[in-house]
Amino acid sequence: MPIQYYLFLSLALFSIGIMGVLMRRNAIIVFMCIELMLNAVNLLMVAFSKMYGNADAQIFVFFIMVVAAAEVAVGLAIIVMMYRKVHSVDINILNRLKH
Amino acid sequence: MHLHEILFWFLSFMAIVCALGVILSRNPVKSVLFLIATFFSISGHYVLMNAQFLAVVNIIVYAGAIMVLFLFVIMLMNLNADAEPQKSRLVQMAAVLSGGALFLVIIAALRTVDLNNKAMITSEGDLGLIHNLGMVLFKEYVLPFELSSVLFLAAMVGAMVIGKKEEVIQNP
Repeated sequence: MPIQYYLFLSLALFSIGIMGVLMRRNAIIVFMCIELMLNAVNLLMVAFSKMYGNADAQIFVFFIMVVAAAEVAVGLAIIVMMYRKVHSVDINILNRLKH
Repeated sequence: MHLHEILFWFLSFMAIVCALGVILSRNPVKSVLFLIATFFSISGHYVLMNAQFLAVVNIIVYAGAIMVLFLFVIMLMNLNADAEPQKSRLVQMAAVLSGGALFLVIIAALRTVDLNNKAMITSEGDLGLIHNLGMVLFKEYVLPFELSSVLFLAAMVGAMVIGKKEEVIQNP
């Protein structure tokens, strides 16, 4: 497969993630779309790693997964805490930092 | 068409359809299940590129651990009702337009880029096997590897501190 196909596939997945972040009101779904965008980048990175025959990019993908796991743990804890306070995960309600 | 190409198109189609299902389904539990299917098809792509270590790690970490965490949180909050309030049509339209515009702009920018056009991503080479990756990881990247354990410790402590019930502070 030419490298362009992988480029377009991961670009499509990334754009779908951006649409989801802008479109949904559930904070958990927004968070899941961020995970989708991270995975699109991972896919492209592995494809470029194959193209250049360099293993460093795959190590970077491994570290991206590590950071994503830590991020999910903290982020979901924040969402659970918010849910306890305001009994909702609607991001239109969670905008109190503005006031 | 070779088997490799058939698998590529099938996995790509499945990844994009399931990603659309994540952002379009009303039920958050269904979104999580679609996202797990997306991760599995991305792992299939890794196997096609012979990056088997990353394929297995992707399934274990993402589909196994992270998505189970999401599923637990959704079910604890009892959000599996379909009564999620939606953004207005205008905002949804603007979101789709801006996402599609980004897609088009990057495609238009990349169309003429001077990539190595003869580079075919095949399933040959043992670059992504665990032997090579382990040599690179524990020779050149051993410091970031150890630092990531500190990161995990910090994330664990942070999650517990944030998530614990608040005690009533007694004024003296």
